[in-house]
Formats: sequence, structure tokens, C-alpha cells
Amino acid sequence: MSSHTESRMVVGSWEKRLELTLRWVVIVIAVAFALFPVVWIFSAAFNPTGNLANQTLIPQGVDSLDELLTNFRGLLVEDVEIHPFWNWLGNSIFVASITSILTVIVAALSAYAFSRFRFAGRRNLLVLVLLIQVFPNMLAMVALFLILQQIGKLPEYIPQALPFLEGINWSFFSLFGLNSLGGLILVYMGGAMGINTWLMKGFFDSVPRDIDESAQVDGASHWQTFWMLIFPLVRPILAVVAILSFIGTINEFVLARVMLRDKTTWTLMVGLYNYVSDNFARDWGKFAAGALISATPIVILYIALQDQIVGGLTQGAVKG
Amino acid sequence: MSALSTNAGGPKGLPALISGQILKLVGLAILDAFGLLLFYAFWYSGNAALALIIAVITIGMNVVIFVPRLYPLRWMSPGLALMILLVIYPLLFTISTAFTNYSDGHLFSKEQAIALHSKATFTPEDAPTYRFTPYVNKADPTDYALWLTREGDAGTEVIFAKEGEPLVILEGVDPEPPEEYEGYRPLERRELVAALSVLEKAQFGEEPNTVTVVSAARGVAARSLQRYVWNAELNGLEDRQTGLFYAADDETGSFIANKGRAEQQELQPGYWVGVAFDNFRRFVESPALRGPLVQVFVWTVAFAFFSVMTTFVAGLIMALVLNSPDIPGRKVIRSLLIIPYAIPGVISILVWKGMMNPNLGVLARSFGINPPWFSDPLWAKIGILLINLWLGYPYMMLICSGALQAIPTDIYEASSVDGANPWQRFWSITLPLLLVTVGPLLIASFTFNFNNFVVVEAFNKGGPPIPGTLTPAGYTDILISYTYRLAFGSGRGADYGLASAITIIIFAIVAGVTLLQFRFTGQWEEVSENV
Repeated sequence: MSSHTESRMVVGSWEKRLELTLRWVVIVIAVAFALFPVVWIFSAAFNPTGNLANQTLIPQGVDSLDELLTNFRGLLVEDVEIHPFWNWLGNSIFVASITSILTVIVAALSAYAFSRFRFAGRRNLLVLVLLIQVFPNMLAMVALFLILQQIGKLPEYIPQALPFLEGINWSFFSLFGLNSLGGLILVYMGGAMGINTWLMKGFFDSVPRDIDESAQVDGASHWQTFWMLIFPLVRPILAVVAILSFIGTINEFVLARVMLRDKTTWTLMVGLYNYVSDNFARDWGKFAAGALISATPIVILYIALQDQIVGGLTQGAVKG
Repeated sequence: MSALSTNAGGPKGLPALISGQILKLVGLAILDAFGLLLFYAFWYSGNAALALIIAVITIGMNVVIFVPRLYPLRWMSPGLALMILLVIYPLLFTISTAFTNYSDGHLFSKEQAIALHSKATFTPEDAPTYRFTPYVNKADPTDYALWLTREGDAGTEVIFAKEGEPLVILEGVDPEPPEEYEGYRPLERRELVAALSVLEKAQFGEEPNTVTVVSAARGVAARSLQRYVWNAELNGLEDRQTGLFYAADDETGSFIANKGRAEQQELQPGYWVGVAFDNFRRFVESPALRGPLVQVFVWTVAFAFFSVMTTFVAGLIMALVLNSPDIPGRKVIRSLLIIPYAIPGVISILVWKGMMNPNLGVLARSFGINPPWFSDPLWAKIGILLINLWLGYPYMMLICSGALQAIPTDIYEASSVDGANPWQRFWSITLPLLLVTVGPLLIASFTFNFNNFVVVEAFNKGGPPIPGTLTPAGYTDILISYTYRLAFGSGRGADYGLASAITIIIFAIVAGVTLLQFRFTGQWEEVSENV
């Protein structure tokens, strides 16, 4: 490759050089545009004055490392009473992990059936799943809100409706009601079912059917075929879907804001949003510190897995 | 029972077969018990629709387990159950809500509204009065009760009244307050002072039969009466305190007294009623509603279109620029360029919002770029497109690089033999071939941006506001953010009916675009091919 480049450079006319210069100009502009806000997040996060108006690219008047971490200390230690950042972080990780694991399992079961069985109404069901996926579940916010509200009231309803069941503690239902992480997980799983089933069916289709046919000749049940043959083969792709679903859930903001009312149940995105909208100019530095903490792992994950993620994206998923 | 035959796998022993069968039946029984419980609880509390959906899911599960022909559906049952409850039901709910006046003040069914009003009480002037002794729960110092006595013609009437529980009328007991009654003890004098304010506000007994404290100092309480009484014959609520009659208006779902006269009064809350196509008609006919809606619709299409175009052009340019072996470190550059895409959207938008802050933000202070991003309609639109360009071009770059690599090189060789210059090569080979692969994703991106609520909401909440509108609307509001403001109100009250009607229109547009996409890109055929 280098010898090829070299020979070009030697033989290359002024046109070639102009083209290469132009390419580099575009690259420099694009990288500057891409990283401009990122640089400012970094600088704001480490700027001890912490407000929007005093921010400079290189933090001024910093004498010690300790001072450099003023915003982080404020966010993670001093302010936790008013803004429970650790709760938000824990909630986000909890919701995203459970959602992505359950979604992958449930969607994989459906996708296997769509990919391997032939039955009446299969095509209609596939089209239905596809069309329903077009209906974004945030459009149905009101209905979802009311469903969760009703589930949350079940501990109240059940003893009223069936007095003989009064002795049982039904309060576990409120773990799936409004303002609960369980309810949010339910909503996310419902909304993600269509697209993930569709995506995984594509992956399952790429595994040759001869494999399961030969296994079934040997007497394996469908479950055994799925679990012992197909599942190991598609596992890397399922992992990518799980990671995409994890990132997507962490990033989700709209439904979480509607469903979670209580400061301690907020997810990271809802928390950071409310943090900064409380007092934009004053809490800028702490917000930047929080943004840095939440975004860094996801960015690293993205860059490390970019090739696989692109594969998943081009199958039709758009960032949500 | 015969369901097992489809499950015939390897040779299983009879005991395994039976225990598997028992396990399945036990699981199903637990599921059915829960289904029945939820069905009845929802039905009883007046959520017939939710109860029916629970019934559909539970019955569906049973059918799928017991009908061997439906074996494939067994695999899908968890996914389908989730979709029925959380996607299909909300969809049906939204459709049916669009034909009602469901909104603030009309959130209940007629029965629920009547039941709610029936709980209201009042204490008439001539109400029977009692002497009371306050009691407190030994286990819970915030739970009070009253020991009530009243001299009557037939001896002394004694009542024990707890909060929120039916009054207990005690017969044949000593009217003198006992030292202990059912876990309650009399309040001591020193505790009384602190409890007075609580006692005066509390309602003892269960609506509508309650007792309230009239004078804590004199130890007098009075029986309250139910204030509104439903009259089914006259279809309205009688107000026993004022003597007004609130007639139920089943057209608008309100309780109105003295209708049409100057002293007309409405009893809140009302109830929801079907209004047929009124919600749809409203924004066709009402100029105050139509004005912002047309504006919002035009901007939604423009926003989605320009977002796709700018991100696509920028992404394509970057893909072309990086698609050259002469650039060292392409992988590193590409990694840097996808960072905007990897950062959670809400965070990026808020960071941009901070940078664009007039006077305080870095764009204004350090670079002197200080246009009225948040107050001028045009600049707000430019700002939001700029942010969306930053957020979205990496995606386009990634898919374009993929598509560029898939174009066979021999076409280019053939074209250079024919003497085509790079410009011609791009327009007549690269772009058309690229669009074949990328086209469907551009349409998907269009429908995504059509509903790109987060960027609008987090940047400036749709602002600046359009002056003089009947419903809250801003210049950068897209349909979905406008709908959100209608549904969840911003000070002017929530109108779920109207919001649902617009939601249906959005769904129709997006579904239409998607169906067209399938037709023209052959994805539809792919679906049928597999059958």
C-alpha cells in the first residue's frame, strides 16, 4: 500500500496533489465540527467556576488537581441530596440491562418461529409486526400512561373487587405501575418487540435450514434445535442486538420522562435534563461532568464495536 | 393433551412425559389465575377495555397451548402478549379516544363522574349534632377516631367513627367513653391541642355517611349529608346544599345548572362522551386551530426533508473523502467522526443549547456568533437543523461508506476507458448505484425525523411561540411535539381527544410513506418470498 502511495506521489500530477489537499481540508473541517462540542464538554466539566458565562477553553486559575475536579465532586458527592445522580445512574443501568436481556430472549423466540415454521397467516403476522413497528410507542403516551397507572392501582382494586383476597399483599403490582422502573421496562419491551423480531428473523434466515433438518432427523425437538444449534450460531449477533438495545434504552428520554415522576426513580437522561433545565447557567459545569460520565462508556462501546453496529443499523434500525 | 404430539422429540420416558405435562398445566393454571384476577379487578374498577385485553391475552395463551396446529405461535406468545398489551391496545385506545372529548375536566366515564360527585358531603344547618370524645389508634398515632353520643327520644345514640370506614352504630352500650375500644384509646389532654387542627379537617365515616367536627373546643360534631344525589329519571345531579339541579348534557359531557341563563353553572369534573368526527372537524374548520396546524405541518415536512438532505450530503461527502487509499489513518478519522452519533442525543442537544446561549454561550462569547437562536423563528429553525446535522451525519457517512464499497470497481474502469471525468462518474455511476442501496434508509430517516421529538423538545420546546393561537404551538414545533403539548398541556389544559386525532393523522402519514417505501424498494416482495 505504501509503495503504491509513494509511486502515485512521485508520478502524481498537480491535480492529484490538489485533490489530496482538498480531501484533507474537508477532513479537518469535519473533525473540527464533530469534536467542537465534545471539547467544550470536557472543558466545562473541568472548569472549577462551573457556570456557563465564565467558561473558557482552557480552565483558568486552576492550582491543583483537586480544584480541577470541583464539578465532579459537586455532582457526585455534594449535590446528591438534591440531585441523586447515583440513583439515576443505577436506574439507567438496571432498566437498560433488564430491557436488553429480556427483549433479546423474547424477540429471539418469535424470530425463530418466523424463520423456521411455515404456518397459515405467517405472512400477515409478519406484515402486521412490521407495520406496528411504524407506530412509535411514544405517540401512544397517553394510553401507556393510563395502563401503568391502572396496574399501579391494582393493590387497591383487588381487595375492593375480591374482598376474600384482602389478606394477600398485592403491593408488588406497583413495581410495574406508574413511576416505577418495572413499568418502564414493560413499555420499552413492548415498543421494541417489532423491530427486534424483524431484525433477528433476518439473522436466523441466514443460518442454513439444513442444520436444523439434520438435527431433527436425529430426533432433536424444536427447542433442542433452537437452544443447542441455532442459538450458539447467532449468539454474536444477538449480543450486538443486546448492546444496541442497551444503548437505545439508556438514551431514551421521552417515555421515561412521562412515566417517571419521582426524582429518585429518574433515569440518567431525565435526571440530567432536569438538572440543567433547573438552572442552565449556574449548573453548567456539573451538567457537563454528568454528561461526560454518562457518555464516555457509550462512546467507547460504539467505537469499539462500530463495524458490528453499522451492520445492525443498515438492517433498518435508525437511532431512536 | 394432544398438544404433546407436536412436541414429539427424542424418545422420552413416560414419567418425564407426565411430569412435563403436569408442569405445563400447573404453569398454565397459575397464568390463568392471574389473568382472571386482573380481568376481574380491572372490570370491577371500571376499566372494561383493559379487562378485555387481559382476557384476550389469557384466552389466547390457552388456545395456543391446547391447539397443536398453533404450535409456532407458542414461541411467539410472550412477544405477542407484550405487543397486544403495549402496542396494539394503545393504538386502539388512541383511535377510540380520537372520537371522544377526553380532556381535562372530561377524564371519567359518566358512572365514574357520578360516583365521584356522590362522595361530596356538606353539613346542613339543622344537621344532627353529637358530643364527641377523640380517640387515637394505639399502633398508629396519626389515626384518629371519634366516640359520638347524642341524646334522643329513644335513649342515647352511640356511634364509633373511624376515618374512611363505615360508621359503627353501637347499641346497648354504656354511652360513657371506654378506656379502650378496638385498639383505640382516648386522647390525653396534652395530646389534644396538637390534634385539634387535624380533627377539624378530617372526615370520619365513609362517604356519603360522614361526621365532621364542628367545634373542637366545645366537643361538638355533626352528621354530614351527601351533597349531590343522582336522579336517573331527570338525568342530572341534585345539589342538596344549594337546591340547584345540574342536568347531565350527554352531548358535551358536562353537568350544567340553569343552562342558557346568565347564572349558568357547571359542575366539574364532567365526563367523556363520543363526539364522532368533531376533533377532526375542529382543525379543518376552526381558523385559530387550523392556522398553527398548517404551519406546523409544513415545518414538519420541511424539517424532515432538510434534515435528511443535509445529513445525507454531509455524510456522503465524508464517505467519498475517506474512500481513498491515499488517506492514512482512515479508521481513526472515522472513529472521531462517529462520536457525535455515539453521544446520547439528549446530552448533545443540551450541550449545543448551552453553547448557543445568547451572550453567555461560547459561540457568542468566544466566536462572536450570536444570532437570535431562541427568539427569532428563522434562526431557531436554522439552529435546530444545524444541531440535527451534527447529530445525524455520522449515520449517513457510515451507511454511505458501506454502500460505496459495494459498488463494483469494474464499472469505473469501463467508464474511464470511455473517457468519463470524475464529475461524470459521480453523477452517472456512483450516485445512482448508491441510492439503490441507501434510498430505503433515507426514507426511514425521513420518517424518523418526521417524529424526531427529542431534538425539538430538548432544544427549545418548539419555541419561539406562535402568537395568538388557540392551542400552544411554536415556530419549530413539529407535529409530534405539537401533539405532545396538546396531550400533556402547557398550562392550558390537556386535550387528549384532539391530540389522539392528530396522532392518527401522523400515523397515517408515516405508515403511508413506509408502505410506499416497501412497494418501491421491493422489501414487500422479500416478505412474501419467504412464505
